[in-house]
Amino acid sequence: MIANTPRFLDQGEATLVVEFGDSVDPEINAKVLFLDVELNSKKVSGLQETTPSYRSLLICYEPLELKRALLIEIIEEILSKLNNFPPMLSGRVWTIPCCYDGSFAEDLTEAAQALSLPKEDISRLHTQPSYRVYMYGFAPGWCYLGGLPQALSLPRRLTPRSPTPNGAIMIGGGLSLIGTHPMPTGWYVIGRTPERLFSINRDPPFLLSPGDTVLFEKITLARFFDLERRVMNGEIIAKMADSQ
Amino acid sequence: MNAELLIHAAGPCVTLQDKGRYGYRRYGVTPAGPMDYQAFAAATRAVNASVAIEISLGGATLSCIGAPLAAAIVGGHFDCRLDGKKLPSACRFPLTPESLLTIRAGESGAWCYFAVDAHLESTKILGSYASHTRSGIGLRSFTAGDRLLITPLLTPPIEYERIEAQWLSENKTPIRIMLGPQQDYFSPQSLQQFLTMQWRVGAHSDRMAYTLEGEPLTHLRGHDLISDGATMGAIQIPGSGLPFVLMADCQPTGGYPKIATIIGADLGRFAQYRPGDSLRFELVTLEQAINARYLLREALSAGASFTRQDTKFSDLGLLSHNLIGGVISASDEPDQPK
Repeated sequence: MIANTPRFLDQGEATLVVEFGDSVDPEINAKVLFLDVELNSKKVSGLQETTPSYRSLLICYEPLELKRALLIEIIEEILSKLNNFPPMLSGRVWTIPCCYDGSFAEDLTEAAQALSLPKEDISRLHTQPSYRVYMYGFAPGWCYLGGLPQALSLPRRLTPRSPTPNGAIMIGGGLSLIGTHPMPTGWYVIGRTPERLFSINRDPPFLLSPGDTVLFEKITLARFFDLERRVMNGEIIAKMADSQ
Repeated sequence: MNAELLIHAAGPCVTLQDKGRYGYRRYGVTPAGPMDYQAFAAATRAVNASVAIEISLGGATLSCIGAPLAAAIVGGHFDCRLDGKKLPSACRFPLTPESLLTIRAGESGAWCYFAVDAHLESTKILGSYASHTRSGIGLRSFTAGDRLLITPLLTPPIEYERIEAQWLSENKTPIRIMLGPQQDYFSPQSLQQFLTMQWRVGAHSDRMAYTLEGEPLTHLRGHDLISDGATMGAIQIPGSGLPFVLMADCQPTGGYPKIATIIGADLGRFAQYRPGDSLRFELVTLEQAINARYLLREALSAGASFTRQDTKFSDLGLLSHNLIGGVISASDEPDQPK
């Protein structure tokens, strides 16, 4: 059951975790993101930083300025506006080009075998749904996407693979992931995007926000290199639209 | 006028740190920042700096080029020598271009901070100079031959001064923790074991996490958690049952149950433990943790005291008898000086 009354858990005296459930679920995540947006719009004195994740919101605050009881009061007031409906998110819809060509899909053969699917089916299935940006984590700009088709759901590797390149599109643990900084992971690389989700010299440095929607558009190798050149020149090539 | 800091030698994980990179956890960015904030604060405040070089057990050798600087070293009991002459483990001193400063692991402590009265001629990334080497944000770890361009603030010449600050007191009392946020993943017996056992800091400890060795804990309902936000001080229990404590370079999210969290006032003291050191935990309430936080803030705003020494610190044995005495005003930003 998903309650509007979350659990308030302390992670030390300066961090409050507001937990809405214990599963990866769009409705639970919507509540996390609703609270995140509303709380940050209030400019509460002593509130330092919030980190949304699948099912909870981490709130860093200065307890010598902001009393825990007052913080909870503010949160409960925000949540009283939720009623019983999952909140609508005003996230943006992004179309992100992805090349599933063999040279960019190091783990495609292995993933296809593990899923008992023909290799060609993977890109077809991966481009079908609209994904939801649940959270960032792991490393700067690493974006976790919910909505992966069941047919592509496979557990992560037990032993991490070699570092993934910037822009790697991965699947694992029932989710999809877009990588940035090269890191060793247990995820399977099935393609690559020329877009950069994180670029220090760009404003904004981070492209997607939790709550946004992502669609993947299959592109050829030639198109990839063309778009990559434009990205190198500072252009944002992912297409963006408002969801409502 | 420009000057440079020259790194002659550096062990692994000698990095540039400021207070940390806050506000970007939501994008997967680790705050980084100093392992021991209290030692960092003592070193940087002594010379009105905002950044320090954090030196690991591997040590470092440095000098300055182009201009004399006011320098400070603070953190644990490192073996710090200026042209071979031993310095106290927390002090402020003039660093002239012909001098060589050597910092090595001493009798205790794991992190030492070196700061100078200068602006760093470098670019902030997402509002901070802090190095997070795993994600490639900020400068990489220093290696021999590295140079840091700086602009000296031209502090009036300083003496050789010992730094004493109440917030640097190194007691070996248990490290205070609060339970949670996921203590309900453990049985009462496991919680009891966690609280009463003597733990040993493991060899695989670094800026990301400290591992703890002892009797493994058992989970009540598995060790897989849906990843959620994590902060420095959180104590995670993975499948092995042996705790690891998240430190300054930890990822912003984690997927193991967090049995407890070290309170803010004890984080620096915990960071100074070395692999092989033993420790115990002590459970405190939220109110006690907040009170400890308040006392630390008060101590920090009261500032450090600086005790002048006669000339160079010629001999450590003589040091304690060498004091001229008299407390010199603390330079303390942004808190009020004494």
